[in-house]
Amino acid sequence: MKILTLVRQVPDAEARVKISGGHVDLEGATLVIDGMDEYGVEEALRLRESGAAVEEIVALAVGPKRVEDALRTALAMGVDRAIHVETEEKLDPIALSRIVAQVAQAEGAGLILVGGQEADWDSQALGAATAERLGWPQLTWTNELKVEGDALTGRHDVDDGNESFRATLPAVVTTQQGLNEPRYPTLPNIMKAKRKELRKDALDTYGAAPTVRVVSSEIQTRARLNKMIDGKDPQAAAAELLDLLRNEAKVIA
Amino acid sequence: MILIVAEHSGGQLAKSTLEMVTAARESGREGPITVLVLGQGTADVATAAAGVADQVLVADLPALAQYNAELWAAATTQIAQEGEAHTVIIGGSRSGREFAPRVAVRLDAPYLEDAIGLKTSGEALQAQRYTYLARVTETVEAEAPVIVVSVKPGSFAPAQATGAAGEQYDVELDLPAPRVEVTGRSVEKSSRVALTEADVIVSGGRGVGSSENFTAYVEGLADRIGAGVGATRAVVDAGWRPYAEQVGQTGKTVQPKAYVALGVSGAVQHLSGMGKSKYIVAINKDAEAPIFKVADYGIVGDVNQIVPALIEAARK
Repeated sequence: MKILTLVRQVPDAEARVKISGGHVDLEGATLVIDGMDEYGVEEALRLRESGAAVEEIVALAVGPKRVEDALRTALAMGVDRAIHVETEEKLDPIALSRIVAQVAQAEGAGLILVGGQEADWDSQALGAATAERLGWPQLTWTNELKVEGDALTGRHDVDDGNESFRATLPAVVTTQQGLNEPRYPTLPNIMKAKRKELRKDALDTYGAAPTVRVVSSEIQTRARLNKMIDGKDPQAAAAELLDLLRNEAKVIA
Repeated sequence: MILIVAEHSGGQLAKSTLEMVTAARESGREGPITVLVLGQGTADVATAAAGVADQVLVADLPALAQYNAELWAAATTQIAQEGEAHTVIIGGSRSGREFAPRVAVRLDAPYLEDAIGLKTSGEALQAQRYTYLARVTETVEAEAPVIVVSVKPGSFAPAQATGAAGEQYDVELDLPAPRVEVTGRSVEKSSRVALTEADVIVSGGRGVGSSENFTAYVEGLADRIGAGVGATRAVVDAGWRPYAEQVGQTGKTVQPKAYVALGVSGAVQHLSGMGKSKYIVAINKDAEAPIFKVADYGIVGDVNQIVPALIEAARK
């Protein structure tokens, strides 16, 4: 089985997001591999290490030149090969799923691992859209995964709890915290990664165009009251807070 | 027509469905508002939906007893095509955001995900949504014969009944066989109000100290004031609380009237799940905790001392 794992590059969660000219400006921001995708890369490696018949693990990224760094991280973690579809175009998940599905088919992948939610677009759509294009089942928000032959079992989160599941490969799996603890690339592996194949594809090979246009972006901060109550006297503080909640905010009876 | 896929649980229409009706009304899209009810034993759901919609399409089938992404996508797509829907609205729950992209691909439609606002601009449908861990509000638009939208829970006011009840019709569906077999289910039941529907949430972080303290203080205060209970990722990772209570990027997104954060430091990932609450209250002994920056009311102090006093005071 070949595993295709999606890698996206996003600003670090602690980084300050700037807006200029009505759009998000990543100039100067620390960019990292999306933590959710890291779970996917790690899980692919663990499946192979735990004895599943994994022929090859391929990482795919779509985006500008800088996205190479995220692919290099995946290669340094242990992925065998990388494909970079280089473009400045901002593709929404429905458009992006066209590329993922075509790469999966061309590579003969049997399992695709995708982050459960993107840290930049806050989207959960890529895994499901890709599964639909391929006519495959999908398991989202997965926190436990096992592959035996072409049987896929595990556990994932649903609306009101979690479910154990069984499905047959090929399938798309989206990740969730708790699936694993991603490894840090070691220096020898970072060196080795430099010699691994990183193929460049042009976007027009895939016929993917955005279906959603970003009109504008803004940072809306709700003005907060920032009323601080002295906590030295717990009884007095509690009484004051209750009074504010009851009579100023009017949120409790 | 505008097609809304109803969300419901335990035989009752979910508040999110009423919110989707409001989203449809505010969208500026024309045509009757049609609610599709998928499930089994959905008579009450359909009746409640008829109170707010122009028409209700009902597929009350044993095959739909349990949610499945592929079945829901197939059913929604079929009805959207037969009814020539130009707008398909799906809930922004975990399951909704799981099958909505499938519907978009099947209909070859653009997908506006997790919308918090919806309006028509020229020929396009415009949505507002949060991005970058909810730090940025983005306006996006799409123009196409049919557009799929998912609506973030808590972002629109629940629709009020219009007076005349909409007609109900049974529909026939061509459903695929489900391919994902559910071999076990653990439902995290709570006697309290559901997190995403709660007006007030009391939430606890690592600063609460222990699982026992969490029960005593977070649950204790929540029960005293009739609130839902939330938790941070750290607390869930520590095994103090079930994942169902987690608020934040990888948990639930909530927007209550008041969010009371006890011993919560306020990491970006947590703020992305509760930062839009109307009022935020923080109690934390670390005066430098980032949660105070977004708090309306803050007390710098020990949760273990302040909260028992609060519980006592709230008795009066």
